[in-house]
Amino acid sequence: MKKAGIIMIIGSLLLLGLFKFPLWNIMLGAPQYPEPLGMDIYIEGIKGVQEFDIQNIDGINHYIGMQKIPKPEAMWEFRIFPLVIGGMAALGVIIGILGFFGKINYWGVLGWLVLMFVLGVLGMYDFNTWLTDYGTNLDPRAIMKMTNPDGTPMSYKPPLFGHQKMLNFDVDSFPSLGAYLMFAGMLLTLVAFFIGKKEWKQIKSR
Amino acid sequence: MKKSIKIIASLLLTIGLFGCDNDNKKKDGNRGALASNAAEKVYVAPGDHDEFYAFISGGYSGNLTVYGLPSGRMFKEIPVFSQFPTNGYGYSEETKPMLNTSHGFIPWDDSHHPDISQTSGKLDGRWIFINGNNTPRIAKIDLKTFETTEIIEVPNSAGNHSSSFVTENTEYVVAGTRFSVPVPQQDMPIKEYKGKFKGALSFISVAPETGRMNIKFQLLMPGFNYDLAHPGRGKSHGWFFFTTYNTEEANSLLEVNASQNDKDFIAAINWKKIEEYVNNGGGKTMPANYAHNVYDDETHNATSTMMKEVLVVDPLEVPGAVFLLPTPKSPHGVDVDPSGEYIIGNGKLSADLTVHSFTKMIDAIENKKFDGDAYGIPILNFEDILSGTVKQAGLGPLHTEFDGKGNAYTTFFISSELVKWDVETREVIDRKPNYYSVGHVMIPGGNSAEPFGKYAVSMNKITKDRYLPTGPELEHSAQLFDISGEKMELLLDFPTHGEPHYAAGIPASIIKENSQKIFKLAENKHEYAALSVNDAKVERDGNEVHVYMTMIRSHFTPDNIEGIKVGDKVYFHITNHEQDFDVPHGFAMIGANNSELLIMPGQTKTLVWEPKQVGVWPFYCTDFCSALHQEMQGYVRVSPKSSNIELSWSLGDD
Repeated sequence: MKKAGIIMIIGSLLLLGLFKFPLWNIMLGAPQYPEPLGMDIYIEGIKGVQEFDIQNIDGINHYIGMQKIPKPEAMWEFRIFPLVIGGMAALGVIIGILGFFGKINYWGVLGWLVLMFVLGVLGMYDFNTWLTDYGTNLDPRAIMKMTNPDGTPMSYKPPLFGHQKMLNFDVDSFPSLGAYLMFAGMLLTLVAFFIGKKEWKQIKSR
Repeated sequence: MKKSIKIIASLLLTIGLFGCDNDNKKKDGNRGALASNAAEKVYVAPGDHDEFYAFISGGYSGNLTVYGLPSGRMFKEIPVFSQFPTNGYGYSEETKPMLNTSHGFIPWDDSHHPDISQTSGKLDGRWIFINGNNTPRIAKIDLKTFETTEIIEVPNSAGNHSSSFVTENTEYVVAGTRFSVPVPQQDMPIKEYKGKFKGALSFISVAPETGRMNIKFQLLMPGFNYDLAHPGRGKSHGWFFFTTYNTEEANSLLEVNASQNDKDFIAAINWKKIEEYVNNGGGKTMPANYAHNVYDDETHNATSTMMKEVLVVDPLEVPGAVFLLPTPKSPHGVDVDPSGEYIIGNGKLSADLTVHSFTKMIDAIENKKFDGDAYGIPILNFEDILSGTVKQAGLGPLHTEFDGKGNAYTTFFISSELVKWDVETREVIDRKPNYYSVGHVMIPGGNSAEPFGKYAVSMNKITKDRYLPTGPELEHSAQLFDISGEKMELLLDFPTHGEPHYAAGIPASIIKENSQKIFKLAENKHEYAALSVNDAKVERDGNEVHVYMTMIRSHFTPDNIEGIKVGDKVYFHITNHEQDFDVPHGFAMIGANNSELLIMPGQTKTLVWEPKQVGVWPFYCTDFCSALHQEMQGYVRVSPKSSNIELSWSLGDD
């Protein structure tokens, strides 16, 4: 399982890209913002795309009573995510090495992938919960209270994925480079699984 | 018979053709088809940017205005020498020192000739310099912020007209005096002018990195009037040329008495030679008193320093540095072509243009072919240095610019026209009437080795019927010509503010990427800045009250202040906490005897208010900043002098 092990190691290491590159990106554009405002969501916190974007997004959002974009220390996620990602990368490397020396079979690789997938879904769920709270838990003293045609308070929840029109803003929410590296990594581990399966069977048949 | 029919027919045809021609001409005169073509050429679609910036001096407005070419749209008025209530320049405590002089606070000047900094003879777009004519001053405007960041007063000078032009690496910006005066100033009979008055030509060095100005030396020239100047470039780099009038040294009725000599001079100054002399310890320091005002973008404050001496140089002490080039009758403009070879002197009372040759000038100097001297300064022979003349080109030539393609464009004030001619052959190529009485003409980069010869802007002194009438007072008119073809084409008329003299143009691409959008709050080093809302406070120091106030969409912190008394001097130090492009906030206080403030993101400005009446007085934001702009306000309670109400302030407490 030499090849599979190496691919597994490379795949897991791609996760480390999340320490350098953002996981997600949300852009807010409007006619009076020819250069759209944007936030990059990293596993360790949220940063503006431009230096003062966070301050300016908060400034706009205060009219409708949205909370300020949280600082890293204000959310447990930003402490846990790096540990989870670091841990999964380490685990993947260990599985890769063990696979390389034939100490573990291809089911170990798949196990890692399933765990990663479950954690990913949990992460997305958590992220969506946060977006919902951020977009609907509004200050009752808000200056502007907008309602939907049916009279319910308007939600300002940014989309988890894709484009949405919110008042005068076009909001785009898409994975960013860190996420693509992670996806690539997961895809490689899937490749490792199939190659490993083949290699393992060859060893067995000998 | 047949022959005669042919002749008659051809005659009729010719007449017919002429008739058609005349009709066409009339149509052109009434605009028509041509005008729609011109409209396309100046049309800049909504959201698109102009190709060039044009910086047009404001003359008696004391300011500099920024226009776009080819649209002729005005983008900004930059206050330089004049107080400007629009944003509080010259009224705010931080900017008052900018207008300090040896005569005290002077809130106005007559701004004439802007010139953009150069590197290797090319426009670099870092700074633009402009002269104050009335109280001699040179200002530097930073083209990152489009704000005046430095003003230096020029001592021993009066009517700072032959100014401000920069050398090809911005080594110097010159400030030549128009009026000769006693140096040092003294109480003496005006009749004794001749031989006793001096004309100071000041060379102000510009530090390459910071742009900091410093009067390196003043050349004390004979008591002529020094009208305009231009630097040499290329082969003539190291020389500066000044036109003179009143070489008669008359002191009364100059209209007649200064127009007697058939030839006046262009003074050719080898500044490199004088610089070397000064660097080796030459020249004399003499007592002087002049202000040097510097604005700092981090402290958001100007400081004014009174300078106490200046280095003067007698031209006779530096042989081979100063020569006089005879030039027909009262020359106004002196312009050097992009190659640096031709020095064009325009005798404003002459119909001819005089083109001197730099090579011939050097040759005559080397061969010591002099025709006498003036106060010891060698005069060259007119014929020895003359390259040629443009004969009968028009009436009253003033200024010449170049397109970089071998053509020169000269304005004629009396005949009110712009004339295009070939620099080498001196043949007139085209002429276009100007509406009316043109002064300067500007081609972007026209005062550099590399002009951008696509447009020419003429600045007219008289407007008359060009726009809807606005009573007896009209704004001046500028005219934009397309000069990319063989013939010039008038594209656009647009009004300009004040009395524009010269202008400077530059491709937008050189400047716009460097333009600053905000001041970073984190870099704000203003002594009284409130960098966080927690720094907002009010402090009393005797009868002075200092309010440290912050502003952000859409409130002031604090917004209620009590404990102010009649007779107090209240300093509102206000910091704009926005960090977003183009979100200034304003501040106006009822009864303040000065102006408003317009405060840019990250900036701190100070307004002084001296309440004279008891009451509760509002203040508010003057710049429509947000949906809640009208709510951006506050109150100050003013109690009697004897009151013992404690100083207090609040925001949002009910």
